[in-house]
Amino acid sequence: MTLELSLNQQPAHARQGSSIGQPLTRRDGFLKVTGGARYAADNHPPGMLYAVLAVSSIARGRVAALDTEAAKAHKGVVEVMTPKNRPALAIDPDAKDNPFMFRLDLLQNDQVRYPNQSIAVVIAETLEAATEGAALLSPRYEALPARVGLDGAKSFVPRGVGIGGPAVQHKGDVETGLRSAKTRIEATYETPAQYHNAMEPHAIVVAWDGDRLSIDTPSQGLAMAQGRIAGLFGIAPENIHIRSPFLGGGFGSKGMISGPQVLGILAARLVGRPVKLVLRREQMYGPVGHRAPTRQTLRMGMDGEGRLTAIDHHARTASSTFDDFFEPAADASHTLYASPAIATSHDAVRLDTGTPLFMRAPGEATGSIALESAIDEAAHACGMDPLEFRLRNYAEVEPMTGKPFSSKALRECYRQAAETFGWASRPLQPRLMRDADGFLTGWGMGTATFPALMFQAEARAVLRSDGSGLMETGAQDMGQGAWTAFAQIAADGLGLDIDRVEFRAGSSDLPNAGIAGGSGHTATAGMAIHNAGAAVIARLADLATGNEASPLFGAGNEGVLARGGRLYRRDDESRGESYAEILMRAGLTEIEAHGKGAPDPASQETYAKHAHGAVFAEVKVDPDFGQIRVTRLVGAFAAGRVINPRLVRSQYYGGMIWGISFALHEEAITDRRSGRIQNANLAEYHVPVNADVPSVEALLVHEDDPYVNALGIKGVGEIGITGTAGAIANAVWHATGVRPRRFPIRIEDLLG
Amino acid sequence: MRDFDYIRPATIPDAIAAAAEPGSAYLAGGTNLLDLMKGGIASPERIVDISRLPELNRIERLDDGGVRIGALVRNADLAYDPEFAKSYPAVAEALLSGASAQLRNAATVGGNLLQRTRCSYFYDTASACNRREPGAGCDALEGENRLHAVLGWSDACIATHPSDFCVPLVALDAVVEIEGKKGRRHVTLEEFHRLPGETPQRENALEPGDLIVAVRLPAEAASFSANARYLKVRERTSYAFAVVSAAAALVVDGGKIRAARLALGGVAAKPWRARSAEAVLLGADANEATFASAADAALADASPSGDNAFKIELARRIVVRALISALSGTPKRLPALPASPFSNIPGVRHDA
Repeated sequence: MTLELSLNQQPAHARQGSSIGQPLTRRDGFLKVTGGARYAADNHPPGMLYAVLAVSSIARGRVAALDTEAAKAHKGVVEVMTPKNRPALAIDPDAKDNPFMFRLDLLQNDQVRYPNQSIAVVIAETLEAATEGAALLSPRYEALPARVGLDGAKSFVPRGVGIGGPAVQHKGDVETGLRSAKTRIEATYETPAQYHNAMEPHAIVVAWDGDRLSIDTPSQGLAMAQGRIAGLFGIAPENIHIRSPFLGGGFGSKGMISGPQVLGILAARLVGRPVKLVLRREQMYGPVGHRAPTRQTLRMGMDGEGRLTAIDHHARTASSTFDDFFEPAADASHTLYASPAIATSHDAVRLDTGTPLFMRAPGEATGSIALESAIDEAAHACGMDPLEFRLRNYAEVEPMTGKPFSSKALRECYRQAAETFGWASRPLQPRLMRDADGFLTGWGMGTATFPALMFQAEARAVLRSDGSGLMETGAQDMGQGAWTAFAQIAADGLGLDIDRVEFRAGSSDLPNAGIAGGSGHTATAGMAIHNAGAAVIARLADLATGNEASPLFGAGNEGVLARGGRLYRRDDESRGESYAEILMRAGLTEIEAHGKGAPDPASQETYAKHAHGAVFAEVKVDPDFGQIRVTRLVGAFAAGRVINPRLVRSQYYGGMIWGISFALHEEAITDRRSGRIQNANLAEYHVPVNADVPSVEALLVHEDDPYVNALGIKGVGEIGITGTAGAIANAVWHATGVRPRRFPIRIEDLLG
Repeated sequence: MRDFDYIRPATIPDAIAAAAEPGSAYLAGGTNLLDLMKGGIASPERIVDISRLPELNRIERLDDGGVRIGALVRNADLAYDPEFAKSYPAVAEALLSGASAQLRNAATVGGNLLQRTRCSYFYDTASACNRREPGAGCDALEGENRLHAVLGWSDACIATHPSDFCVPLVALDAVVEIEGKKGRRHVTLEEFHRLPGETPQRENALEPGDLIVAVRLPAEAASFSANARYLKVRERTSYAFAVVSAAAALVVDGGKIRAARLALGGVAAKPWRARSAEAVLLGADANEATFASAADAALADASPSGDNAFKIELARRIVVRALISALSGTPKRLPALPASPFSNIPGVRHDA
C-alpha cells in the first residue's frame, strides 16, 4: 500500500464522540496542496512509452488512408496501432449485453462515426515523438455529410431513456386537465450540448505482465472498469489491478472505462512495454461522453386557485448513430409538483457525435431548467408569487406514483432559503427593481431535487490487537471528499477515534465499493462500511461476552456498545474493556468481517426517495448590454444525514456554480456543416471563473430519514445544479421582463 | 518531435538577421505561439527567442512627454506601473481586462500586438481559412460566426483581432517602433494592422525579420488621463475575449469637447479607430445626444458578416456608455473588475 492509498494522518480537529457530523477538513488536503497526491498521469513505470491518439477530423465516413510509414519513420516512434495491427480482443467492442455496456471505438474498423474518434495510436519513446508521429499520419477520408442538430435527422421514440426508464409515461388525462384549466401556458426551451471537462483529462498508465494488468487510471467505478476490461481482453477480473486514488474531477465521464483508456491497454499489449496515454483537451470532446442537447416543450394548466390541472413535458434529445443514451429530461416533471394529470414523453434523433452519457445530473439538470422556468411562467400567468405557487402545488406524495416520500423537508428548505435571501419583498412584476448603479435587478427561484439512489457495495473491516482498526473499500474520491467522509463513517462503525482507523480506498484489489455516481456513493459505500464495522464489532463482542474472564461476560451482543476503542455494557457503562484486551485474551492479532451496502427492496417499493432543496438567485443585468451577473445565490438543501457539513456545503457550492454555468456559460458550439466542435478548449468553452461567482450560500436543513438506509444518507453531489439554473433564468426574467428560452442565455437575447 | 532550430540571439541585430530567414518566428512570452505550434496552426522551422534581449523590458519617459514601452515589458508589469496607469488609465484598464493573471504575467507588449485571431476556423486545421492557408477559402462565412467582424471584413476573412490592449493604444495614437534589416522605422498602430481585403494572411506591416522593439505613446495621449475609460462586454467576467469593447478618451472644457478619441475592439480584423465619430464629438456639447450621434457615425459602415447583427447595436451602446464613463471621469482607483460594466459593484474582487 502506498501512502496515498492508506490515509491515516492525524486530523487536527476537536471532536466530541462521534466522527459523523464533524466538519473535518479533507484528510487528503495536505497531499493535494503540496503536490504529493499522485494522479494517474503522474506515474512512470520503468521502460514506459508514450501513446498519442490520432483522431478523426470528419464526423462520418471512413478512413481511406493513413501514412503509417511516415509516422514510423519519425525518430522515436516505436509503433503505430491501426485497425490492421491492433491486438485481438475477446469480444466485439460494438457488442452490447446491457444498457450500461457502451460501445467503444477501439480501431475495430475504418469507419468514422463522430469527430475526434480515435483512428490510430502512435507509440513512441517520448510524448513529442508520439505527437508528431500522429500528425504525420495525414489521414485521407471518404466523408459523408454530417448529421448535426436536433432537426438533423429523422426523429423516433427511443425504447428507453436514462438508465432504461420508459420514454413515454402518463398519469391522468393531460388534455382534459388542460381543457379544464382557467389559465394555460406553453413554452419551449432549448439546452445545448455540454461536455464534462474534468480538469484532469482521461489518462492511463498500463503495464502488462503476462495476462496480468497493472493500471493507473481515474475511475468513478473501479469494479465496473475492471469487469469491462476483463471482458474485452478475456482475462479474469482479479488479474487486473486498477489504482485510482484521486480523480481530478469526473462528472460522469469517468463512470465507465472509455475507448481511449482501453486503447492505452491495447497499445501496451502491442509493444510489450508499459504505456502512458493522456487525452488532449480537445480529444475529450467526443469519445468520453457528453450531455446531449435538448428541446423541451412544457404545457401547464392551472385552475382559479393556481393549482396545476395538467403538466405535459416533452423533450427532444439526441444520441449517437451507434449507441443509446437518451437524456431523460422530461422525467423531471415526475417528482416535484402535484398535478392530477402528468404526461412526459421523449423523442430523439441520431447524430454524428460521440455517444452522450451521464453528466452532472443527467436529465435532472436539463429537465429542471425547463420545468422551473415553466413553473415560473405559470405562476406569473396566475398572478402569483413563484414561491406561493410552488407551495400551492406542493407534492405531499410523489406525483407520478402516489408513493409517500421517505422524507421531504422541502417546505423547510423554502422557508429557510427565502428568509435568508429576503424573498418576501420581491415585487411580482418584472423589470421593477434597479440598483443604485442603474442595473436591472431580478430575483428568481427554483426547486432542487435529486433521487436518493443506492447501488451495491462491500467493505472489509479489521480490528487489530493494538487497538487500531482498518477499513477497506474500493471507493473513489473524485474531489467530493470520500477519503474523509468514509473514514468518519468507518470510525463510528468501528467505535474508534478516527485517528485509530486506517482507511484504504481507490484500488480495485479492495472490496467493490460500487460507483461514485448518481449521488449515491456515500450512501452505498457508507452503508457497506457501517455494516462491516457492525459485523466486526459483533465478532469482538462475541469474544468478550462469551468469555468468563471478561467484564462483559453474559451481556449478549445486544447488551454491549462500542465507543472509543472499548466495549461497554449497555446497562452499566462502568463495566467494559478495550478491544486490545479482548483480542489479546483471545490470542488473536486481528479479526475481520465484511459488510454490504444496497438498497432495501421493501422500502424501495413503498417509498419515493429524493433529496430536495430551494435555490434563490439575484442577478443584475446591464440594461443596455444584456450582460448578466449572478450577484447572490442562496440554497437550502435537505438530504438526510450530513456526514461532514464542510464537505457537503462544498458539494452544494459546486453544484450551484455548475448551475450558473448551465444558465449562462456552457455550450459546445458545433459547426452546422462539418459537425466539428468549434470551441473544444477551456478558453472558449466557458465555465464560470471566480469572478463570476461573487456570493454563494448553502444552508443545511435538518432531515431525518429512517427509510433510505440505516445511516439516513441521501446524496448531495448533483442536486445543487438542479433548481439553481432555473432560478437564475427566472431572475433574469424578473430583472428584464425577457423570458430566457434557450440556454446559455446570450447577450443578444436580452438586447431588446 | 518536429525539430526546429532554437536561436537565442544576444543582440537585436543578431535577432533580426536570424529571423529574416524564411520560416522563422520570434518567441517572447509564448502565450500564443506555443498554442499555435501545439495545434499545428504554426510550424516555424526556426524559433528566435528574444525573451532575454537586453533593454526591451523598460518603460521610459521621453523628454517630449511621451512614453516608450519596451516590446518585452510584460502586460502585468505595464498595467501595474503606477505612473503609467495614472497617465494612461484606459490602457491599464484594458490590459487588466484581458486574459488571466497568469497570462498577463507572461505576455509581452510586442506579442500582444501580434496575437492571432481567435476565429475557431483559423484554429481548426481541418477547416478552410484564408488567413492560415491563403486561397483555401473561409469556413467562418456561413459557419458559427456570431462573434465575428462587423466592420472592415471581406469575403476572404471575417475574423476579428482579439486584443484589448491595442484598442486604447490605437485611440491614443500609439506608434510602433520597428527594427528591421533597413534600420529603425515608426508605423502608427492604426496603420500597423491591416484589414483582410483579398490578403488576410498579411496581418500587419511587418516584413521578414522585422522586430517590434517598442510601442510609443505621444505626449498628447496623457492629456486625456482625467477622462479615459475602456469598456468591455464579454460572456464571462474574466478570461474571455471581448464580444465588443470600446476605449473612449475626452478633453472637456466648459461642457464642450475639446479633444476626443474613440476606438472599438472585437469588431474588425484590427483595433478600430473611429475617426468619423471623433469628428462628430470634436467641438460638440458633451452630452448623451452627441454621444449617440458619434456612435451612429462609428458604426455607419458596419454590416453583419453572419449571425452577428446584434454586435452592431451592441457596439453603438458600448460607444455611448464608454463616452459617458469617460465624461464622468477616470476613477481614482482601478476598478476591481476592470473594464466590466459591473466594475462599480462593491464587494467583488478580481485581482485582489
